Amino acid sequence: MSDVVIRAEGLGKKYLIGHEGKRESYVALRDVVARNLKGFVRSAGDVLSGRQLIVGDEVEEFWALKDVGFEVKRGEVLGIIGRNGAGKSTLLKILSRITEPSAGRVEIKGRVASLLEVGTGFHPELTGRENVYLNGAILGMSRAEIKRKFDEIVAFAEVEKFLDTPVKRYSSGMYVRLAFAVAAHLEPEILVVDEVLAVGDAEFQKKCLGKMGEAASGGRTVLLVSHNMVAVRSLCRRCLVLKQGRLLHDGPTDNGIATFQKQTVNSGAVRLWNDRASAPGNDVVKIAKVAVASDSSDPNQQITMKSPFRVDVNYFVNKNNVRLHLMFHLFNEHGVLVLTTAPPSMEHKNAAYSSTCEFTGGLLNEGTYSLKLQVVEDNWHIIYVHENIASFDVIDFEPRAEGWMGREPGVVQPEFPWRISELAAS
Amino acid sequence: MSTLSSELSPPDASRGREPAPSPASERVIILESGRAERNYWRDLWHYRELFAILAWRDVAVRYKQTAIGLAWALARPFLTMVVFTVIFSRVAKLPSDGSAPYPILVFAGMLPWFLFSSVLSEASNSLIGNANLISKVYFPRLVIPSASAVVALVDFAVNLAMLALLMLWWGFLPGWRVILLPAFVALAVLASLGPALWITALNVKYRDFRYIIPFIVQFGLYVSPVGFSSAVVPEKWRFWYSLNPVVGVIDGFRWCLLGGQSPFYPPGFLVSLAVVAFFLWFGVHYFRATERAFADMI
Repeated sequence: MSDVVIRAEGLGKKYLIGHEGKRESYVALRDVVARNLKGFVRSAGDVLSGRQLIVGDEVEEFWALKDVGFEVKRGEVLGIIGRNGAGKSTLLKILSRITEPSAGRVEIKGRVASLLEVGTGFHPELTGRENVYLNGAILGMSRAEIKRKFDEIVAFAEVEKFLDTPVKRYSSGMYVRLAFAVAAHLEPEILVVDEVLAVGDAEFQKKCLGKMGEAASGGRTVLLVSHNMVAVRSLCRRCLVLKQGRLLHDGPTDNGIATFQKQTVNSGAVRLWNDRASAPGNDVVKIAKVAVASDSSDPNQQITMKSPFRVDVNYFVNKNNVRLHLMFHLFNEHGVLVLTTAPPSMEHKNAAYSSTCEFTGGLLNEGTYSLKLQVVEDNWHIIYVHENIASFDVIDFEPRAEGWMGREPGVVQPEFPWRISELAAS
Repeated sequence: MSTLSSELSPPDASRGREPAPSPASERVIILESGRAERNYWRDLWHYRELFAILAWRDVAVRYKQTAIGLAWALARPFLTMVVFTVIFSRVAKLPSDGSAPYPILVFAGMLPWFLFSSVLSEASNSLIGNANLISKVYFPRLVIPSASAVVALVDFAVNLAMLALLMLWWGFLPGWRVILLPAFVALAVLASLGPALWITALNVKYRDFRYIIPFIVQFGLYVSPVGFSSAVVPEKWRFWYSLNPVVGVIDGFRWCLLGGQSPFYPPGFLVSLAVVAFFLWFGVHYFRATERAFADMI
């Protein structure tokens, strides 16, 4: 198979984590001295021989990636999806040789360039021109190559006028444009793109994705890591799904995305407090449960931009004849308050209650949200506040028209009716 | 696999576009746990442009950020030379080597010492200073500390020009031996690169190792024959004194620059050479052994 450019077999990455062991019930100076001396000798040995130094008495192995095997062919665009901590970034780091695997092997044919972060190695004191050469060399371009593409890079970044200005005086937009322009003119055989690339504004994201599509249709091999199902679906025919360091799926993208969706919902979405003493709350109200779920029969269904969802709160009231209401503040991942919602105040007695708030579908934009709970007495007196009592993701995986696959800008993304009609000619 | 390939290739694979870059130029890289990379040194050569550009960046930044960059590079050795001449020659009444003026003796010792100490401090902090590169991009990590040594070489060149002026002023010219000077410059760099590689690798894991550098630099200035000739060291201690690798380097410099009036002590020089070689081997060895895990720890 000559056209396989990446072949990974039994790939694993292990990290060691130290734990403090149990201490004896009483401590003798002799033991302390002996233990510390032993620890010191061991540490000194580790330092001298270049092994990793572990703090603590017990060492636990943690596999960030385990037994992962796959092949990628020349010209293929492979998507890699999974939750945070599933091992996607570790896999990319191994493939781009930043870190070495602890087990297994990979064979790579050709130059790998990773767009893990644009602007790596930019020096604020140097001018735009100097930074293009510096950054290009760091990303693996030869001097001749940079020279050849220099004008193109500068034109792409639209910074001609400021070439001889130190980049510390650049606006952040100019900085990012220049950095991306250098990265975009890399011509590796294998391009590795991580999601962090897509943090810029919408136009910048469009440029990134456009450049990637271009690379793919130019016959390069592209590995794309993303949470953005729409981008994965439209760019890749095949994808890998990782879960807790293991390969869950390797095959057509549609099945992969379905596999990914079926994984349990965000662990933050249901929170239970069985012990009333340690439950959050005060002497009037105690919270027992907060759950965020998609409003469908399947409890594991993810919340999408279109689907309605509900937030349930179970709570106890320890007092009779008190007028209360529990309300939410909804924040997005940038800490922007998206909305607040509150029920009418109601007379409570000493009992358990359940309240449900149903959010309509077609309202929120894609992203991670968190809820702040407030308990209000007599309509105006806030008696309890709990920040971030639950968090959940709203995903988007339905392709829109025009092939645009990024996240639309804006805090919310409601569905409004539009009417367009042709006017009669006058 | 061949049945799958039609199914798994991207949508437009059938459009018959030409395959990207010629496979002939491709190298197969094999990544495996604990695999000592066979072509490491070739890789290092492959990354020479990165070395050049990082070195150039360090030099450019150094002279851009400091308004009095050049003045500082001139003043420091000059003032040190004046102070040392006064203390060791006038106060302590130590002899010079042959007929060499004392300031030139001091300067010829100070040149390699400043080279040694600045390579040591630049290279030792270099990995930490470039942490963002290490965690984002692959290249042989040895490029970073060695490129940072170039800054020290630029300062050295400035100092060397000063020495040339001083020698003209005193009308004291070096003989043919001066052509061997580059060899001793290389020796000075290698002598400090060894320990520097070790310390910079340790620094990645244990940030407190950097505090050892100012100590070595301050202490070393007095235990090395910078302000005095190593000929004042009693004969029976001479051999052991040469265990300090800088002794061999400084003796070599003086031998080159002071027209052979500085006595050359071969056994001591060989000891220094052996110590330099050992530290270099150890530093490179340790660096290579820990290099692969830098990105996980930095």
